[in-house]
Amino acid sequence: MPGKLKAKIVAGRHLPVMDRASDLTDAFVEVKFGNTTFKTDVYPKSLNPQWNSEWFKFEVDDEDLQDEPLQITVLDHDTYSANDAIGKVYIDIDPLLCSEAATVISGWLPIYDTIHGIRGEINVLVKVDLFNDLNRFRQSSCGVKFFCTTSIPRCYRAVMVHGFVEELVVNEDPEYQWIDRIRTPRASNEARQRLIFLMSGELQRKIGLKVLEMGGNAVVGYLQCFDLEGESGLVVRAIGTACTLEKISTFPATATHPNNSSPSKDMKEPGFGEEAPGVPLSSGPPTPLRAQTFSSFSPSKSYSRQSSSSDTELSLTPKTGMGSGGSAGKEAGPLKALLRQQTQSALEQREYPFFTLTAFPPGFLLHVGGVVSARSVKLLDRIHNPALGNTRSYKLLDWNSFTADEPETRDAWWEEIRQEIKSHAKALGCHAVVGYSESTSICEEVCILSASGTAAVLSSRFMQDGPLDTEHRLSRQPLCVFSTGSERVEGDMGSSASLGFEEVVSPGCGFCHIPYDELNIPFPAQLTYCYCCRRYKVPDVLFTTIDLPTEANVTGKGCLIQARLCRTKKKAQGEGNATAISSLLPFLEYELHTQLMNKLKLRGMNALFGLRIQISVGETMLLGLASATGVYLTALPSPGGIQIAGKTPSDITYEQHISTMQKKINDTIDKNKELYEINPPEVVEEIIGSPIPEPRQRSRLFRSHSESSDEVSELDLSHGKKDAFVLEIDDTDAVEDIHALLTDSPTPAGFYSCNTEIMPGIQNWTSAIQMFTSVRVFRLNANLTNQGLNKIFSDLCENLLKSLYFKLRSMVPCCLCHLNFTVAIPEDELIQVAVTAVAMSFDKEQPLENGKQSGEKTLIKAITENDEQLQFNLELNAETSSHNPLSSPKGLSEVGSHLSARASSLEKASPLPEGRSRSLRSNRSYSGSSVAVVKMTPLSFIPGAKIIKYLGIINMFFIRETSSLREEGGVSGFLHTFIAEVFAMVRAHVAALGGNAVVSYSMKECVFMENPNKNQAQCLINVSGDAVIFVRESELESTSVQTQSATTHTSNGGEGT
Amino acid sequence: MSVELDVFVGNTTIMDKEVYQLWLNGYTVNDAVKVRIEGGVMEECEASAEVLLSDTMDQYRTFQMCERLLHHPAKLANQLLFQIPPDRQAMLIERYALACQFNSLDFVIIQFQTFICISLFRYYAFDDLFVREVLGKKLSKGTKKDLDDVSIKTGITLKSCRRQFDNFKRVFKVVEELKGPLVENIRQHFLLPDQLARDYAAIVFFANHRFETGKKKLQYLTFQDFAFCAGQLINNWTVGAVDNMMEDMDVDLDKEFLQDLKDLKILITDKDLLDQHKNLVCTALRGKTNVFNEMEANFKNLSRGLVNIAAKLINAKDVRDFFIDLVEKFIEPCRSDKLTSIDVNLYLTHYTNSAHILDTFKHHAVWTRYMGVIKSCILRMYHD
Repeated sequence: MPGKLKAKIVAGRHLPVMDRASDLTDAFVEVKFGNTTFKTDVYPKSLNPQWNSEWFKFEVDDEDLQDEPLQITVLDHDTYSANDAIGKVYIDIDPLLCSEAATVISGWLPIYDTIHGIRGEINVLVKVDLFNDLNRFRQSSCGVKFFCTTSIPRCYRAVMVHGFVEELVVNEDPEYQWIDRIRTPRASNEARQRLIFLMSGELQRKIGLKVLEMGGNAVVGYLQCFDLEGESGLVVRAIGTACTLEKISTFPATATHPNNSSPSKDMKEPGFGEEAPGVPLSSGPPTPLRAQTFSSFSPSKSYSRQSSSSDTELSLTPKTGMGSGGSAGKEAGPLKALLRQQTQSALEQREYPFFTLTAFPPGFLLHVGGVVSARSVKLLDRIHNPALGNTRSYKLLDWNSFTADEPETRDAWWEEIRQEIKSHAKALGCHAVVGYSESTSICEEVCILSASGTAAVLSSRFMQDGPLDTEHRLSRQPLCVFSTGSERVEGDMGSSASLGFEEVVSPGCGFCHIPYDELNIPFPAQLTYCYCCRRYKVPDVLFTTIDLPTEANVTGKGCLIQARLCRTKKKAQGEGNATAISSLLPFLEYELHTQLMNKLKLRGMNALFGLRIQISVGETMLLGLASATGVYLTALPSPGGIQIAGKTPSDITYEQHISTMQKKINDTIDKNKELYEINPPEVVEEIIGSPIPEPRQRSRLFRSHSESSDEVSELDLSHGKKDAFVLEIDDTDAVEDIHALLTDSPTPAGFYSCNTEIMPGIQNWTSAIQMFTSVRVFRLNANLTNQGLNKIFSDLCENLLKSLYFKLRSMVPCCLCHLNFTVAIPEDELIQVAVTAVAMSFDKEQPLENGKQSGEKTLIKAITENDEQLQFNLELNAETSSHNPLSSPKGLSEVGSHLSARASSLEKASPLPEGRSRSLRSNRSYSGSSVAVVKMTPLSFIPGAKIIKYLGIINMFFIRETSSLREEGGVSGFLHTFIAEVFAMVRAHVAALGGNAVVSYSMKECVFMENPNKNQAQCLINVSGDAVIFVRESELESTSVQTQSATTHTSNGGEGT
Repeated sequence: MSVELDVFVGNTTIMDKEVYQLWLNGYTVNDAVKVRIEGGVMEECEASAEVLLSDTMDQYRTFQMCERLLHHPAKLANQLLFQIPPDRQAMLIERYALACQFNSLDFVIIQFQTFICISLFRYYAFDDLFVREVLGKKLSKGTKKDLDDVSIKTGITLKSCRRQFDNFKRVFKVVEELKGPLVENIRQHFLLPDQLARDYAAIVFFANHRFETGKKKLQYLTFQDFAFCAGQLINNWTVGAVDNMMEDMDVDLDKEFLQDLKDLKILITDKDLLDQHKNLVCTALRGKTNVFNEMEANFKNLSRGLVNIAAKLINAKDVRDFFIDLVEKFIEPCRSDKLTSIDVNLYLTHYTNSAHILDTFKHHAVWTRYMGVIKSCILRMYHD
């Protein structure tokens, strides 16, 4: 089905001088899409041309619309010689293809040249008319929404989570084509940029098709990566989680009883009333409004209710339940039957039960088994790419045969790895893998493929009768995540209870309970009873790749923990090299793990979140960097200390040495405990003797064999907490370990750091955020020992962190969130470390509370947006109950009118009397002004603000090259400028979409190559994120103040019960 | 083993005011690090010298990138490369608005550019000591070559000298060709606050006329003295001063006026007129000052000096000596007679006014225009 793309070139500014004689430029513009090109008139002798062109119209297939970027080239007209190109702008028009995203691209975009960088700006207008609206979703993947965010986006709710989608496309790298020998670097760079744009578009379209096939309408946690395989080609691959999302429509929800008051209270209580979650919390009027409640509650809202009971929020619906307009009560009846059917059909389907999400609606995640990872070393042999062989010279390749052949290989490689992950997860008694990600490291023809995730048990009560270890457990069934809260309020409780579905696990510790059979533990672990509920077994430590669940009970604050390792390797070729690497890998991983464990204990913590292990391969070494955020989970036992033991206590000095070290370690642990405010309640110990669980109403667990854990009394609970971690230092390795342990310098006062989204124990963020990227390249001396290398690498990372703290000292107290380290070995003897993170300052004022409460607060803070929405809807309804929400067309206008209704009823000079629609507009005009501020953050939210619209995915790829490196300030000057330019271009494109922020921003690739002797350097950067519109909470002041206070109040009330 | 590459780029540009000043002052990275270490920033933030070096280099790079924009400040209004910390904006807007009474620019532009504008002021700020050395010199390559001497003499780093010199030259080049009021032009093209723009106008004006300011006798005058005088000259003696047509040039003196000045010679060539003038002045002064005798004795000498300066101004070469002439022909004689500045003021007031009463003297307009400036310049310059 075709569409019409329209573009208009308005003006240019700050153009470079192209004619030395006149110091001016005769600029004109070529607008190209697919094979069609339009040109503007030449605007003579000006650096600020005003073209004001007509609308250039392209009539194209929507497939092309998805694949191709709009390419705008600015040129300098030259009567006698060839026209000189000034630069280009690629515009991804994908955001315009989705009705819920942006509607127009309009604004000043930097004109970019791969040799000169940004050369002025151009003002353009781009629109798309898609014909045949009704049919749109049937025939192409236009309209499938993509999100980089690894949680359910803030203004959506998940109707269903379908599961894993993946795809990869392969092409020859233009840099390695024969033609590259004769064309200019500029032409080669541009060919590459364009190709990657095309491939990304194609990839996205193909993934979109898969999503539609699954019945979804969105991809969440979309992760796209490039493998620059050099001679053997270019792979663009992506993974994501297919979902059915529904925009949180902000209809009036339900008439709340004035006395029963705020809905947050209603929702608060069921979580705490464990025995009877369905207590008549809401005496709201029945029937017709129930249906509405349904669609009006956001799933994310209940993130803030840390106490919500898991079971009630998740339930399964048949695919037809997508619309989920029916009330929960109605659906609950046929549910069970339907589930059965689905289980059957699921058996026949084969799919990876993987989720790229790292944060989940409450109750979705039931238990976490631990980290699962798989790696494999492959040779990028040309044999795999016959089309790329000798035939490559002198004739264009037959892409069809090429692509038909090639992806099979890469697909097969990944399939292998995914299978392994799946089986690992199974060994942990888990049927799903969450926080899943894939990565590669390439050096010459060797490629390490890695995948990791967290084995988990997800809420899937429909499987209750099935054996746990069924391979097909979760396979392909859509999991329906009902919108939260409302059902509970409205009596879904009752129905689920009648089905015997509910499994009441305290959400604060539930995910820590082991999913595997304790008699058949796949690895040595010490199990104890959960320190929170005393009913289920928990491991002594927990490693995961996901974010800290919002409902988790945490004691104290968290901190970034890194294990760094460097191992030399002999130079080798081909298979020998691959074998050498394969044999080194397990040791590397083992040592990283040990380091992590030691550092975790040193900080007195017992769990790691957001674990990311990166292994990078070079000619003569392997680098391993593991980053994670350590926390003290209240549910897990307190970690024992670290005990050093010498195996041969021969002489006294040696013993002394050991004892001083031991003392140092103990001191550090104590200091850290104080620093991170880890003081687990002592009460726990008293209870240990009498771990008698309260009698439970519900006897059936959804996992059959975990029933055994009900037999509490048989276990000796105390054994797990005493034992210390023993480090034997009879070998150099251990000495080195201890050294590494003690050399990690503490973060300066006022700073905290983590690599996850939320820092436990810190709330009340201010609106001051600073996203940054820092890159360092370190040159090594030849002939270093492993130990020397380790020290250098570790220092490099430590110094980088120190520099960051110093740079950001004006933001104190502040937390560096989402610290994402990427290491690479760009050349022999070079180590490159790139960090992207966001510094967020917070108010210290807030009195410190215990972890549980503070965690809850964070959540409230982070997700207030939905609460607010929710709440004023509810209140509104009370006021304007005459509204029929179902008849109202779409969210925005609705909200607007409601808000205004409310505002007027409050008789307050609210800053948004005209409601949301108004604020949207004002936002537009804001960005239309000369330079609008665009915030960027790797997190999925912006503190103190509410995301009101997702405008589409930003996925940009740039190449910059120079042959005058010295003149541009050396390598640092070159890269500094380039990164600043990339930021500027991202901001400009977001502003052109009408946005004022990028969330879930990440720099996925930063490949830097230099040749100082030739005075040359080249850099490739790939960035991505979600363009959004946010509104400051202060702009919603009158409403938010009220709601927030209400929320806090009720949550405190809830705490008491 | 060395750090090969080290960069930090924030979404909002971080600029350390202190480092910025060091950069402007032309410190090398290493010297700047030393200054910062002495400043105690390390203890404050638990940083090491290494960290400080990395930070300083980073800041210097940022400033260098900014420099390109600073050279064309008008572009700053909508540049995209740097994003200013939003939290600082509110505070800066106020300061900025106060600093430069900007009305013409859109509020929004101000809001987003304040931070950079502040940097801009600093970038275009100069040392009086330095400017005093090059004031009135041709802004040529030759002068630039001599900057190392200036640097040694003033103790300002060569780098900083060069930057300041280049700023002068850049401003000069731009406004040279422009029509309309000089100060306004500078303000608009370089987004500088009023006072700074006036100073630049003075520098440009001096450079254009190549006024001699380096002579030993003029050493006691500060840049601000000269800037004041330049302001007087610009406001009263240029073409733009009389009629504010678009065609006006503020940089050049009004040729017609200079021509007319020759007519003033009659005040000293006509013996009668000279005596009459003297009598009138003396009558007015008698009893009002205790240096009356000296004034009376010196009247003819002083009058000749001032009128001769006027008559000579038509020659560009003599324009250059304007200030030295004022000092030699008027200020020094007065000073040796121990006149106070109140005396000088009194004397000049009556000297100017009396001329109007003379029967045969017809050039009242030119006289007023000439003496107004002369009087305020002399009074400003009449100090130790």
